[in-house]
Amino acid sequence: MGNRVSVVVVSGSFERLQMAGMVASISAVSGNDVHVFLSMNALAPFRKGAPSQASPEGEMGKVMAQKKVPPFKQLFESAVELGDAKIYPCSMAMDVLGYARADLEPYLSEHMGLTKFLDEAASGQILTF
Amino acid sequence: MANRRLIDARGSFCPGPLMELIAAVKMAEIGEEIEVLSSDKGSANDIPEWIRKVKHEHIGTEEKEGVWHILVKKTH
Repeated sequence: MGNRVSVVVVSGSFERLQMAGMVASISAVSGNDVHVFLSMNALAPFRKGAPSQASPEGEMGKVMAQKKVPPFKQLFESAVELGDAKIYPCSMAMDVLGYARADLEPYLSEHMGLTKFLDEAASGQILTF
Repeated sequence: MANRRLIDARGSFCPGPLMELIAAVKMAEIGEEIEVLSSDKGSANDIPEWIRKVKHEHIGTEEKEGVWHILVKKTH
């Protein structure tokens, strides 16, 4: 395994979800050990069957919505399927939103708390979106 | 001539062509060649970087009428 790359995603904006998906997928398929933590507004898009849509923050997001960019949910799924990444929904966010494991996309792992995620992330780089 | 797979990723933006290539590499046999068509210049630059990083063989890249043809051999 390559380096540990921990990706913390908290934003529900299109640009940030798209960029986080690109970082997670490319890093994972390039041989890194990628762990993603989904919390705050970044969790709701990963409800089972939810569309890969989010509000743009600015011009770039609006332009990208018109182009054939890979949907961000597909990028995260590719990170798992092609690069063995792990995507952890945040325990706190699940409690607050009242989600159960079965409400989320099947390529997500079991929920994790921030304490454990940060402990495991300590040896590598942490990127936040 | 070895088997060659063709991935037509024209019209798709980064990292779509790379992801399509990787899915094809996973399914291919060792020694098989894969040709990716991409109209996205960023992907044409990035795909050889990925090939180098994961140690497959980049046979070459050609641009024809705004489409990049990137040829890869699966080596492991």
